[in-house]
Amino acid sequence: MNQPPKPNSFRSGPDEEGRFGIFGGRFVAETLMPLILDLQDEWARAKNDPAFKAELENLGRHYIGRPSPLYFAERLTAELGGAKIYFKREELNHTGSHKINNCIGQILLAKRMGKTRIIAETGAGQHGVASATVAARFGLPCVVYMGATDVERQAPNVFRMKLLGAEVKPVTAGHGTLKDAMNEALRDWVTNVDSTYYLIGTAAGPHPYPEMVRDFQAVIGEEAKQQMLEAEGRLPDLVVAAVGGGSNAIGIFHPFLDDEGVRIVGVEAGGKGLDGDEHCASLTAGSPGVLHGNRTYLLQDGDGQIKEGHSISAGLDYPGIGPEHAWLNDIGRVEYVPIMDHEALEAFQILTRLEGIIPALEPSHALAEVIKRAPKMGKDEIILMNLSGRGDKDIFTVGKILGMGQ
Amino acid sequence: MTARMEQRFADVAAEGRPVLVTYFMGGDPDFDTSLAIMKALQQAGADIIELGVPFSDPMADGPAIQLAGQRALKAGQTLAKTLELARRFRADDQRTPIVLMGYYNPIYIYGVERFLTDALEAGVDGMIVVDLPPEMDDELCIPALAKGISFIRLATPTTDDRRLPKVLENTSGFVYYVSMTGITGSALPDTSLIAGAVARIKAHTSLPVCVGFGVKTADHARAIGATADGVVVGTAIVNQIASSLTEEGRATEATVPGVEALVRGLAAGVRAARLAAAE
Repeated sequence: MNQPPKPNSFRSGPDEEGRFGIFGGRFVAETLMPLILDLQDEWARAKNDPAFKAELENLGRHYIGRPSPLYFAERLTAELGGAKIYFKREELNHTGSHKINNCIGQILLAKRMGKTRIIAETGAGQHGVASATVAARFGLPCVVYMGATDVERQAPNVFRMKLLGAEVKPVTAGHGTLKDAMNEALRDWVTNVDSTYYLIGTAAGPHPYPEMVRDFQAVIGEEAKQQMLEAEGRLPDLVVAAVGGGSNAIGIFHPFLDDEGVRIVGVEAGGKGLDGDEHCASLTAGSPGVLHGNRTYLLQDGDGQIKEGHSISAGLDYPGIGPEHAWLNDIGRVEYVPIMDHEALEAFQILTRLEGIIPALEPSHALAEVIKRAPKMGKDEIILMNLSGRGDKDIFTVGKILGMGQ
Repeated sequence: MTARMEQRFADVAAEGRPVLVTYFMGGDPDFDTSLAIMKALQQAGADIIELGVPFSDPMADGPAIQLAGQRALKAGQTLAKTLELARRFRADDQRTPIVLMGYYNPIYIYGVERFLTDALEAGVDGMIVVDLPPEMDDELCIPALAKGISFIRLATPTTDDRRLPKVLENTSGFVYYVSMTGITGSALPDTSLIAGAVARIKAHTSLPVCVGFGVKTADHARAIGATADGVVVGTAIVNQIASSLTEEGRATEATVPGVEALVRGLAAGVRAARLAAAE
């Protein structure tokens, strides 16, 4: 494949058709097209509306707790003996992850569009919880589709969603993970298109979702940039985030894309290793295809059938990735690497013991990469990592694997 | 549009009745049985055959067609084998149009040019690709039309008058009106609403309009056929096949005859449609 030409800016995409290079687009059933076009118009109006911006900022500050802190991980830095490590503390947000940033934005749009019902898909349950939370806050009924496997391994989040008044529908098709939940949410949406707003949790799906979710999450990178300038007087040398669908990653990456000196690394779920099928490294080990409304890198067989994948982390257990990441990969601006289940587990424990922060298994993948790289970097260099979610939901899964019992 | 498709609509119109379009999943429950089913559809009176291409993630399909696709994939069905089904059917029957129906990814991975060449050679007349709206016409629709293969588009209750011209622009063969917003296999809505929708579409195009989603019985076929140019039946056939299988999902002696009996009833329904309308 020819290397696509380098653009003047890495931040100008997508084009009017929702394309990032060959990726993205609007591959959906005709039933959904009119709605998707309406959403695109409404989003275009909203982002230029000062009242919308003001409401978003107000809720961000007083409901989510923004700005989230930038934290210098002193003991971890000392232990690794290399670059200074900073965390963007998205796990301190209301509901415990970055997902709420996007949910607040989209539910305001749903209200503007006069929609009366919210549906969402969820993997780890973080997006489901955030969706149920904003639905409660704005008084709309909410249905969350969740793979049956995930319902089991993320039980605390299922309970939270139910307490918040959402209906959680387990999906048994396939492996019962995020991909299957997304199929079922799309089926609901196509059936109830008049009343229902589909609150997609990641920077994937048909245009305008990848762009819109990115813009709602870009607050992470914008704040971090400012905070880093205040703390260190300069930008970081390396930015790292975990990538499933890729919303926390694109949120922190995007504001840094045009800063030449900043290296950017996305961390995919390497599962049990890239040799077999038990991983979710769609960029490292997949190929371009079309699923869930967009063209992107997918795990698939030679007949174009989508594989199931595997990750210890339900939030990364998805055989695709947001289209902007696919483009950033091909164009070489962002480097994507896999981290295995066991490496993430080890990182989880290191952070818990050294910093007193229990991270979710998703950012534990990013942390494992930081742990690999920091010792090889100079003490005057700086790493910024998105600590996208807290690990309360994962303690039972981790406890079981570590044989800690209950 | 292929001459075969055009001829079939003309012949059926001359009989003064709507066409019967029947859908089944290629490779369900296995290759040989599905070839026998395809032949039985034609013998029982189906005018056009929609040949389903299985996909792992059928986002617009209900449980019946999802399961049919899973059975087919489990039995080793691929896009190449689905084209082989068409080729084998075409060897015995040169008159019944074949329309492939499925999702884009298997075609994209097969390669668009190679797919169109092989489909034409196999005797395929048209295709319905659920996840390619008009905004994505450059992907497959335009190349297909250039090769003379029909690209049949779905129009839905959400396709308003503003959008209809765009949906119809590159549509050929026929227009498939989806009778409701929803997935395949849901309940049939009020037939008077459907009549209005068909009239609305026909005001924008001279192409035949076939109606599907929710048509299960001969009575449905007759009621819809009174106003539409064709009636599409899918889930009812897939359910009939499923109900005949063993617990392990294997074909039985009842599989092919069961489909044939169901489709004979549907064929009688469309033949009575205009008589009913005239009463």
